[in-house]
Amino acid sequence: MRFELVRRPERSALFSALSPFLAFGLTLIAGAILFALIGQNPVNALYSYFVEPLTEIWSLHELAIKAAPLILIAVGLTICYRSNNWNIGAEGQFIIGGIVGSILPVLYPEFQSPLVLPLMLLMGMVGGAVYAAVPAFLKARFNTNEILTSLMLVYVAQLLLDWLVRGPWRNPGGMNFPETRQFDAQAVLPELFPSSGRANWGIVFALVAAVLAWLMLSRTLKGFEIRVMGASPRAARFAGFSAKRMVFFVFLLSGALAGLAGISEVSGAIGQLRPTISPGYGFTAIIVAFLGRLNPLGAVAAGLLLALTYLGGEAAQISLGVSEKVARVFQGMLLFFVLGCDTLIHYRIRRVAQAIAPSSITDTPAASSSEAAALEAGGTGGAR
Amino acid sequence: MFQGCHKNRQTGLGEQQGLQGLDARVSSQGDRLLQVEGLTKLFGTLRACDGVNLDIARGEIHALLGENGAGKSTLVKMLFGSLEPNVGTILWNNQNVRLTNPAEARKLGIGMVFQHFSLFEALTAAENIALSLDATTPLRATADRARELSSAYGLPLDPNALVGDLSVGERQRIEIIRCLLQQPELIILDEPTSVLTPQEADKLFETLERLRAEGKSILYISHRLEEVKRICDRATVMRHGKVVAHCDPRQETAASLARMMVGADVKIASRGEGTTAGEPRLVVRNLSRKPANPFATALKNVSLSVRGGELIGIAGVAGNGQSELFEAISGEVLQDQAETVSIRSRPAGRIGISERRRLGAAFVPEERLGHAAAPRMTLSENLLLARHHTDRTFAGKSGLLHFGAVKRAAQRISQAMDVRKSGDDPEASALSGGNLQKFIIGRELDRQPAVMVVNQPTWGVDAGAAARIRQALVELARAGSAVLVISQDLDELFEISDAIAVMHHGELSAPIPIAEASFERIGLLMGGADASGHATAAA
Repeated sequence: MRFELVRRPERSALFSALSPFLAFGLTLIAGAILFALIGQNPVNALYSYFVEPLTEIWSLHELAIKAAPLILIAVGLTICYRSNNWNIGAEGQFIIGGIVGSILPVLYPEFQSPLVLPLMLLMGMVGGAVYAAVPAFLKARFNTNEILTSLMLVYVAQLLLDWLVRGPWRNPGGMNFPETRQFDAQAVLPELFPSSGRANWGIVFALVAAVLAWLMLSRTLKGFEIRVMGASPRAARFAGFSAKRMVFFVFLLSGALAGLAGISEVSGAIGQLRPTISPGYGFTAIIVAFLGRLNPLGAVAAGLLLALTYLGGEAAQISLGVSEKVARVFQGMLLFFVLGCDTLIHYRIRRVAQAIAPSSITDTPAASSSEAAALEAGGTGGAR
Repeated sequence: MFQGCHKNRQTGLGEQQGLQGLDARVSSQGDRLLQVEGLTKLFGTLRACDGVNLDIARGEIHALLGENGAGKSTLVKMLFGSLEPNVGTILWNNQNVRLTNPAEARKLGIGMVFQHFSLFEALTAAENIALSLDATTPLRATADRARELSSAYGLPLDPNALVGDLSVGERQRIEIIRCLLQQPELIILDEPTSVLTPQEADKLFETLERLRAEGKSILYISHRLEEVKRICDRATVMRHGKVVAHCDPRQETAASLARMMVGADVKIASRGEGTTAGEPRLVVRNLSRKPANPFATALKNVSLSVRGGELIGIAGVAGNGQSELFEAISGEVLQDQAETVSIRSRPAGRIGISERRRLGAAFVPEERLGHAAAPRMTLSENLLLARHHTDRTFAGKSGLLHFGAVKRAAQRISQAMDVRKSGDDPEASALSGGNLQKFIIGRELDRQPAVMVVNQPTWGVDAGAAARIRQALVELARAGSAVLVISQDLDELFEISDAIAVMHHGELSAPIPIAEASFERIGLLMGGADASGHATAAA
């Protein structure tokens, strides 16, 4: 006996919209079971994880600080994924953005000007974009798999940062700690409401990027091009859109946004370069993009939720004494459930009574034999 | 009224028995192999099959006629076990059976040859056949069995040939042999001649007649009425999910059969006055293309010229380079030299599809969903797909889209082409094939293109929509545009073309003026007779 997935003839619009909420609900249930298993009271644990961080002003600021990079990166990834290009290396582009953006305050601290910060942000974007151009070039030129190349470049970026802060960029007056010099005031991203908390301009960048990306996707020819490219590559070619140019466009754009997130984080929240500048924002943003239904505005809501899992993880570490890795567990469950919900909205599970006879496999060897495939798959395609 | 024909509007059992009484010839021919009563299949609220009755005797070729969407494939899927009926019974050798999957149907003795083949091109014929058998059968034994069957049934085939090297007709033979190896009592053939030349079709008919002589039954699905009249003993006609008639096709005319299928008289496109042709608007000069992949066809020195006011047809069996030619003309694939393709006297070989559209050309590819249109996008978005570069009212210089204008244009096109749709602006995949094709053709006609290139304009389209599309193409040519129609449907090309050229193995014959063209002559060229000679003459 075995199970197979059969495409549903029509998907439910209601459940498609509910899917992220269902996924969150399931994550809470699974989380409660998890907490119970390690001997915590599930209600208390979930409260301190998901609610307590929202009860105080300063921790709302922290939420904004954590949400900003997630949303910025996820907006770029959303556009990328909508065009059927799979940039998994935003973490690397985030780090390179942070490094390139820090060139001025680290190497030229004597350069003092109101231009420093805008230049840093610009250089961060360029750095992220150039780093993302590598997998884009490899895909466009050699047809490599961009998932692998962009992912592998993450580790290159991490090691480069590690080497820089331990080697050439180490703070000369820093007692040999592996970090760069502290940025001067002019190189620091200003806080929004310094009286109540630390939240900086990063969250504003994120919201503006989300709105602009939404406008682009829904109102412009470029956005249309992106959507057609993702929905039907052959139709896109018929429309006169170039797949290669699209690879570069979306990779450069998502790389630039990740780079901006990187330098904003370094300049705003940290104030210097350290061996680690990201708790995995670039990877978590992938969850944000999917949880936000690959919609830039959805990414805002999803980014806030995922930022909460980071905060909750820290809170749980303090109040419950559990490992901060619990945040990663929650993030993983969230992605698992959202993908699971989406799959079950598009497909239903069918139990197949016996092992499939060799003869019935043969009618479906090629994807092109769609008719035969539909027949063998139980004919759910019959309503087409 | 239809003579010799029993109309069966209701689906009561009494009616069914009446039918049995009436058709004495069947009972004399032997017992019933398959009997279907009141078969109904619902998809949501759609009755794809509604109380269908059908019986097939041993040793008969039974035609199943109907337009696209009439419910033929749903019925066949139920007979082949891949769909389960909601209501109704299937009797096999007078025993009630439930078919829940194709393997069960095969075990009973029902075999099927699909319209679209499912063969691995990189494997040999024998290997492909072996895949459908028990894993224990040695390959050599399979090849021997296949060779035996192929000579016994007049299906010449080399079991060791790579499928990728075989013609469509030969691939179909593999499918038929694969089916015969299971020793079926009933063989279902889905539109088998749609991919064959007239001569290949003749050979297939001989095979079918031999099978019938052996007492096997054949359910023959087709919309080609002449061949149904020629080889079928009985016919069942479906329309809108219901059986509308059982009849003896030999006593019907093609027109009366068509009337049963469509429910109304089928219009034939009026060709109109052949205006004196104008300047050449679309010129292809010595176009050659290497195959893009091991299984694509190379184009060899194709030359062609279409004048304004002229409609040229390109006939040929599928897979002889038509898609490659279309891509090259449309600009989805660029040429090495700009002069290879000219549109309105401008060299266009080096510019892409958007720029070629701007020169006044319009294109309709073969595949509706996934090539001409993005299935999950709305009609207005699909209108934008082909027109964003030519219509400044849709997409301004700023890159902003004007969806209001696009939607209005989509409505206008839907009205002009009588596109029937469920909502205001539904997704392309929600439309029936015929309605979507009308929209896709209308999307280009709405621009009044100077050059129109269409690949398979009415493939899988119902008769009403097909007639409308053909008429529109003829009218476009008469209004002075150059129209090039690539089609596998010879009847269609004879109906609308001013001249017909034939594509074979990537070569194009010189166009034959319609007055001199005959089915036989075109058919021979489709089979490869002396096409190169003509091409050289044309070059």
